[in-house]
Amino acid sequence: MEAYLDNSATTPVCPEAIKAINQTLTECWGNPSSLHYGGIEAADMVGEARHAIARKLSCADDEIVFTSGGTEANNLAVFGAANAYRAKGTRIILSSVEHPSVNEPARQLEMQGYDVVRIRCDKFGRLDERQLMASITPSTALVSIMAVNNEVGTIQPVEKIRMAVKKANSRALIHCDAVQAFGKMPLKPYSMGVDLMTISSHKIHGPKGVGALFIKKGTRIVSRTFGGGQEHGIRPGTEPVPAIAGFGAAAAALPDINYQLKKTAELRDYLLFRLRELDGVVINSPEDALPYVTNISVLGFPSEVLLNFLSEMNIYVSGGSACSKGHKSRVLASMNLDTQRINSALRISISRYTTKAEIDYLIEGIASAQKSIMRRL
Amino acid sequence: MKEIILIKNGELALKGLNRRTFEDILVKNMRHRLRGLGKFKFTPAQSTIMVEPENEDADLDEAESRLLKVFGIAALSRAAAVEKDMDVILASAGDYLCDQLMSAETFKVEAKRADKHFPFKSPEICAEVGGKILEQFPHLRVDVHNPDIVVMVEVRDYYTYIHGNQIKGAGGMPVGSAGRAALLVSGGIDSPVAGWMMAKRGLNLVGVHFASPPYTSPRAEMKVHTLCKKVAQYCGHIPLYVVPFTRIQEEIKEKCPEDLFTLVMRRFMMRCAEKLALKEECGALITGESVGQVASQTMQAIACTDAVPNMPVFRPLIGMDKDEVIAISRKIDTFETSILPYEDCCTVFTPKHPRTKPKLYMLEEAEQALDIDALVQDALDNTKFIMIDNFR
Repeated sequence: MEAYLDNSATTPVCPEAIKAINQTLTECWGNPSSLHYGGIEAADMVGEARHAIARKLSCADDEIVFTSGGTEANNLAVFGAANAYRAKGTRIILSSVEHPSVNEPARQLEMQGYDVVRIRCDKFGRLDERQLMASITPSTALVSIMAVNNEVGTIQPVEKIRMAVKKANSRALIHCDAVQAFGKMPLKPYSMGVDLMTISSHKIHGPKGVGALFIKKGTRIVSRTFGGGQEHGIRPGTEPVPAIAGFGAAAAALPDINYQLKKTAELRDYLLFRLRELDGVVINSPEDALPYVTNISVLGFPSEVLLNFLSEMNIYVSGGSACSKGHKSRVLASMNLDTQRINSALRISISRYTTKAEIDYLIEGIASAQKSIMRRL
Repeated sequence: MKEIILIKNGELALKGLNRRTFEDILVKNMRHRLRGLGKFKFTPAQSTIMVEPENEDADLDEAESRLLKVFGIAALSRAAAVEKDMDVILASAGDYLCDQLMSAETFKVEAKRADKHFPFKSPEICAEVGGKILEQFPHLRVDVHNPDIVVMVEVRDYYTYIHGNQIKGAGGMPVGSAGRAALLVSGGIDSPVAGWMMAKRGLNLVGVHFASPPYTSPRAEMKVHTLCKKVAQYCGHIPLYVVPFTRIQEEIKEKCPEDLFTLVMRRFMMRCAEKLALKEECGALITGESVGQVASQTMQAIACTDAVPNMPVFRPLIGMDKDEVIAISRKIDTFETSILPYEDCCTVFTPKHPRTKPKLYMLEEAEQALDIDALVQDALDNTKFIMIDNFR
């Protein structure tokens, strides 16, 4: 038995994506920029993928710019917006629980003299709306808030930012890192009032190495790469057709989002129900978190030890996020949880392929860990 | 023009009647390290060993960088081997050292005439070659006291060798010339450095690592493999033993006083390591301890650990500060790997308030609760062996 419950780290590639990737590798391997038929076929594959993704975001095809993944798209959004707005304002606002691919670019800008404000969070990782409202000034260049937190699943009130920006008489751009939200909850950049939105392929059963930045028509951002003009010149370079086609196919294969969200919520409720059978397990995610992510602490057991133990049983979860490879979670720390809870945190993240049997096996795993591993904390 | 590498073997030359033995080991090590780069001929001559490629396409740049990591080499230089003819020497010297001479401001020429049949005496060679170089590189000045570059012309039995400044080698004694020792390697910053330092003094290394799954992850063990591989760049292959340590740690945790946990554990490590060391015909153990670094490395604690093995324990870092150790670990490229944040067997179960001034009798008393021999034997029976070689 195997239980893959680390879908926030990455997801298994769906058959539809594999088929599309195969096709681009064997049939349409041309350069999309070539004028001959070989190129046109490849360009069509890219166009089809772009359309499938745009449909999911209810935006126009040419508002999607493909990048090498979520990290690059986030970098492009933060640096691109900051550089485009340099003359008008140098304040950048983000939350204290952003992903490093937003936080680190902001830190770089901070060193160049930008005024970076990090909005604090409550114990559920939800940002302080009052501080956010108060921080937006006419000289704010960018507000970047994630849609769903990658470690605890907290849904942030992104749709409220537009009004706040208007009220402050600011022309700030709004960026939303929606890597963990895309394909899992209704996500319409237009109705949410965001100008830039990051999404990634490998979190929705597509291949790794590709993501995209939604850039609302008329939004000016400054490119970070220069070359042959592909992707409207914002992200030039020969398109990785196989990855893009796989991304598109994975997006097209997404089931109805509301239906799937309901099913996932049921599965999450089952998980919580089963977790209640165990002693010493506390839930760190808020009740209204996106049901795909559940963060728990198994008190008395360091994350890494529990992780190793479960891994021996072919149960795959993570402590904090996969990106931090063993470092203590910054997100849980800014939620002001006590050290014991932070040190014993586990993230269980499910996908549409997750079964009840996998959850049962996880519970069995944690229970036997509690029995056989000595408490250390 | 033929190019060779000249090895200066430094300390070896002082070893009197044993010199040949040391030289043979050094040559063997060099031969091993250059494997895969082509055929080389090694000719010892006085304090120098000439490394001569026997095929045209030998990669001398790679050979040089590998030899820079061979202990027992004080310095090396690339040299042109040319005919023993004054005209040829004059024609080649400037060309061969062109890059070095272009970037220098001052130079001098030194000559060594080992073959006394050569018609020019050393000072005459210097004068001729120096004159020719000044003609070719008018920007240079001669400075016999403190030149930027020394052009060496060595007239030997078959060839004349022309070379510029020497590059400092790894120093030390050839690995294997001092015997074998077992290195306790945890995955931290210290142990690889300790191993490297003892290899520098001519010891062959055997690695002993303690793993405690599930408290430690397979990644922690992979980290140790990587570290050993980096040290192996200097000392050749390292046989690595991975001892399962979970049961011992759990037993100690359960049956011994908490404040003595780390020390009882370290004494068990010594027992296991000593057994493996004897099996591998090692004459000593090596650890990365440094006085006062952590609770288990106070003088009193080391005394308690030291009471276990019946062989010497080398602790080359004993008087070093952390930043000195880090400087070496950066130099030998183990630092970045060492700081990867995986739990290792030393951090698991760390007591909150470890005893810093333990007495031996306390430990002996504490250990009475344990079946020492059975625990050690069980761990050794399940020990895993991996050969870490030095090829990238």
